[in-house]
Amino acid sequence: MNIMLFAPELFLLLGALIVFLLSLSDDHNSARNVALAAGFGALILSASGVNLSGMMFGGAYSVDLFSQLFKTMITAGMTAVLIFGGRHQGIEKRVRPEYYLCLILSTLGLMMLVSSVDLVAIFVSLELSSFSLYLMLPMRSTEHGLRIQMEAGIKYMLFGVMATGIMLFGMSYIFGLTGSTSLTAITAKLPALIHEPAAVVGIVMILCVFMFKLAIFPFHFWVSDAYEGGANETTAFLATVPKLAGVAMLIRIVNLINPSEAIINFMAILAVCSMFYGNLCALRQTDFKRMMGFSAVAHAGFVLLGILTFKEAGYATSIYYILGYLVMNLACFMVICKVSKSGENVPIAGLAGLYKRSPLLAFTMGLSMFALAGIPPFAGFMGEFLLLAGAMQAGHLTVVILGALNAAIAIYYYLSVVKVTYCNEPEVDTEPIRVDIGTKAVSLVLISAIIFIGIYPAALLDMASTALRLAF
Amino acid sequence: MDFLILNKGFPILSVLIFLPLAGAFIAMFLSGDKVARVWALIVTSLNAIISLPLYSAFNSSSYKFQFAEHQAWIPQWNINYTLGLDGISLLLVLLTTIIMPLCILASWRYIAKRVKTFMICMLILETTMLGVFAALDFILFYIMWEAMLIPMYMLIAIWGGPRKVYASTKFFIYTLAGSVMMLVAIIALYLHSAPHTFFIPALMGQPYSTTFQILIFLAFFVAFAVKVPMFPVHTWLPAAHVEAPTAGSVILASILLKMGTYGLLRFCLPMTPQATLTFMPYILWLSVAGILYGGFTALAQHDMKKLIAYSSVGHMGFITLGIFVLNFRGMEGAILQMINHGVTTGALLLCVGMIYERTHSRELATATGVGKYMPVFVTFFAIFSLSSFAFPGTNSFVGEFLVLAGGFANHKLVTAVAIPGAILAAAYMLRMLQRVIWGGVNNPSHEGLLDLNTREIVTLAPFLVFVFWIGLAPGPFLSVMHSTVHHLLAQVNAGVVHPAIACLP
Repeated sequence: MNIMLFAPELFLLLGALIVFLLSLSDDHNSARNVALAAGFGALILSASGVNLSGMMFGGAYSVDLFSQLFKTMITAGMTAVLIFGGRHQGIEKRVRPEYYLCLILSTLGLMMLVSSVDLVAIFVSLELSSFSLYLMLPMRSTEHGLRIQMEAGIKYMLFGVMATGIMLFGMSYIFGLTGSTSLTAITAKLPALIHEPAAVVGIVMILCVFMFKLAIFPFHFWVSDAYEGGANETTAFLATVPKLAGVAMLIRIVNLINPSEAIINFMAILAVCSMFYGNLCALRQTDFKRMMGFSAVAHAGFVLLGILTFKEAGYATSIYYILGYLVMNLACFMVICKVSKSGENVPIAGLAGLYKRSPLLAFTMGLSMFALAGIPPFAGFMGEFLLLAGAMQAGHLTVVILGALNAAIAIYYYLSVVKVTYCNEPEVDTEPIRVDIGTKAVSLVLISAIIFIGIYPAALLDMASTALRLAF
Repeated sequence: MDFLILNKGFPILSVLIFLPLAGAFIAMFLSGDKVARVWALIVTSLNAIISLPLYSAFNSSSYKFQFAEHQAWIPQWNINYTLGLDGISLLLVLLTTIIMPLCILASWRYIAKRVKTFMICMLILETTMLGVFAALDFILFYIMWEAMLIPMYMLIAIWGGPRKVYASTKFFIYTLAGSVMMLVAIIALYLHSAPHTFFIPALMGQPYSTTFQILIFLAFFVAFAVKVPMFPVHTWLPAAHVEAPTAGSVILASILLKMGTYGLLRFCLPMTPQATLTFMPYILWLSVAGILYGGFTALAQHDMKKLIAYSSVGHMGFITLGIFVLNFRGMEGAILQMINHGVTTGALLLCVGMIYERTHSRELATATGVGKYMPVFVTFFAIFSLSSFAFPGTNSFVGEFLVLAGGFANHKLVTAVAIPGAILAAAYMLRMLQRVIWGGVNNPSHEGLLDLNTREIVTLAPFLVFVFWIGLAPGPFLSVMHSTVHHLLAQVNAGVVHPAIACLP
């Protein structure tokens, strides 16, 4: 067994152990530094090992370009959140070391998830990441009340546990039908069984948990409350990194089966419902994070458009889209973390006059809003366009038309954020916001990424296609 | 590629498009209002100078796209970076590059806050506008088309008047909602072409079924009709015009509106000729409705900018009328009228902006009688007003005459109904002129008014030159578009089941 294959995960695990020891001593600053170092190290290790490939743990763990790409994105997301989270003021002070521990473990779980090719391994890694997240939500500082994060935590956990339960139920069907937990063995046997209702039900049940992670309608009920109730830093993580693994796993599971009319229709309906539900609900929100929660539902609907084509090009587009989504969301949550002075929630109106208080943050916010709204030439547009084009090529004209209509609905709420940021004068807080050098760097990287991903998708699509071809 | 005449050597179109963008990037690092103004003026003037050789180097005997550039961009979807100009887009590119430095000059004093951001928005706007006119790949076109909304939105939303939020949001949502279906149509065209391509000239003249053509036509038409704007989707225009700062209004009227008619000419006609013919009567009547509605509404306005905005609705009606009569005269008149409207209305809006800078009002009532104190100003103003209602000897006369001549050749009734529109134009323009020049000579608030300074005269003078140049010698402007228009009409004829609708002279 080549230890290098597992190096990023091991490095994070090492970081987690050190943070665990530090957590005994209440030293939250060094805990953060260790977490940051672990994130950086894992990012460098995954990025440099992007071309490694091999199987581990008796065929339960596959390291290939597909998983390594996702690991790079996951660690990059975590590192960015840690940098712009700063001293994590939104987190209760005495549990901050534990918070970093949970953050690392959750990331570790997600990294393992994208490599898992065995039902049991999938379950274990998923739970590692989920349970850490369940803990992270209520760790919010109680300075502004206790109710909101407890509600969020409980809601997220109950929904999450239920989704996991459904997944286990589905897995038992699949195991019963094929006699194996290894995805390779299942891939070989499942196509012959796909006309069995039990197989379809089993697969759909497994898909449920990842749709829950992506907040696809009707598995979205947790999302607005969890986004609103989590500390800004927690929501920044929750809104970005787990979605990556969600997409990776949707692709893995969907790839087990041949497309059948029933499953395609099922996914198409969910996609359209998600877009409409998310966008229409977002129109009425006044809290920024809550609005982003509904926007996440809508974007998850878009991601499904790529997956329901059941083609390699469609999957590659979904990967491309979720990468764009990662950077756009990181960018706007970064702004929220900085605008919020002591970790309180930021209403949309609270962004008033941001252009005066910090031009860089205002620019980042404006850019990410336009990008999320799908205005070219940014990442959001190119992803949306490629998804629509792919879905149309696969013959889903109605879905494409409804998706395009949604782009027109969505512009309103994104635009109103831009309007507040750039046109309204500051009301309460007028003093400039101090932006530390790390956040400045992250913000510049994110801005360039949003533009670069948008205007130069060819190489990224190519890489995603290659990854898919090697993995499946 | 037999649609293109590839450009060897200096990539002039790319330079034109990306020079302002590079200028905007550099402007981010400049400090000081004055520096930003001068820098924007340098960049836009440089762009205008670079663009001038396009005219002399243009081979007007060819309908092919010239100065073309072609680079692979997203090979997975056969999306390319393809640029090129034909007789129609050449004039619009020149119009854009020449108007931009004048707009910067016009904002010299008018824009007092956040000057640097303003100039950056203007420069980005120039990039996207030139991109729209030069793009020959549908995705490149769409990206430029939509990206333009961002700087224009900023111009209205930040530097606009009291109802700027309403106006800018309405502008953005109207135009975006209009064009989302265009994206679906673009993808549909791609999937129906063999081999799949987004290359615009290759999508012309494909044998699409009539139903498909009608759907595509409608998707495009909605997007372009909003932009033109055609009656009854014009309501965003008066709001945006009134609230936008002077330079924003000028760009809106002179260039952005032209994108709508440009889109009709570039896409609807050659790609879906059968559908064009099907919808032609309805569009002609819509155009006439716009002409009359715009005229009557303009007659009732007290806000000078609003008056000009409604007059735009009328003038743009003449342009769509000229396009959809589908003959040589009408179309050449329409294209010339696109340029004329850009020159005349742009100049009128600049004039109104100059009054506004002095009296802080655009109301006709407060502007009465400035003629006594500002003789130079009213001279300009009078000439542009005459041009606006197509007085013989000015530019609009030539364009409107061609449009009406073309109209009478094929559609006598529709054109006859449009004639009162021309009279209405004279009525509302003379009404404004009469008030501004002679009305209430003893208006006490005008005592201290200063006449135009050199900067303002320099800003207006080029417009004056074009008013008379096109008015007295339109030959150079018409000659570059002859072969393109011939080719376009041939494309429409070839795609129609029963040809002979268009009588070529």
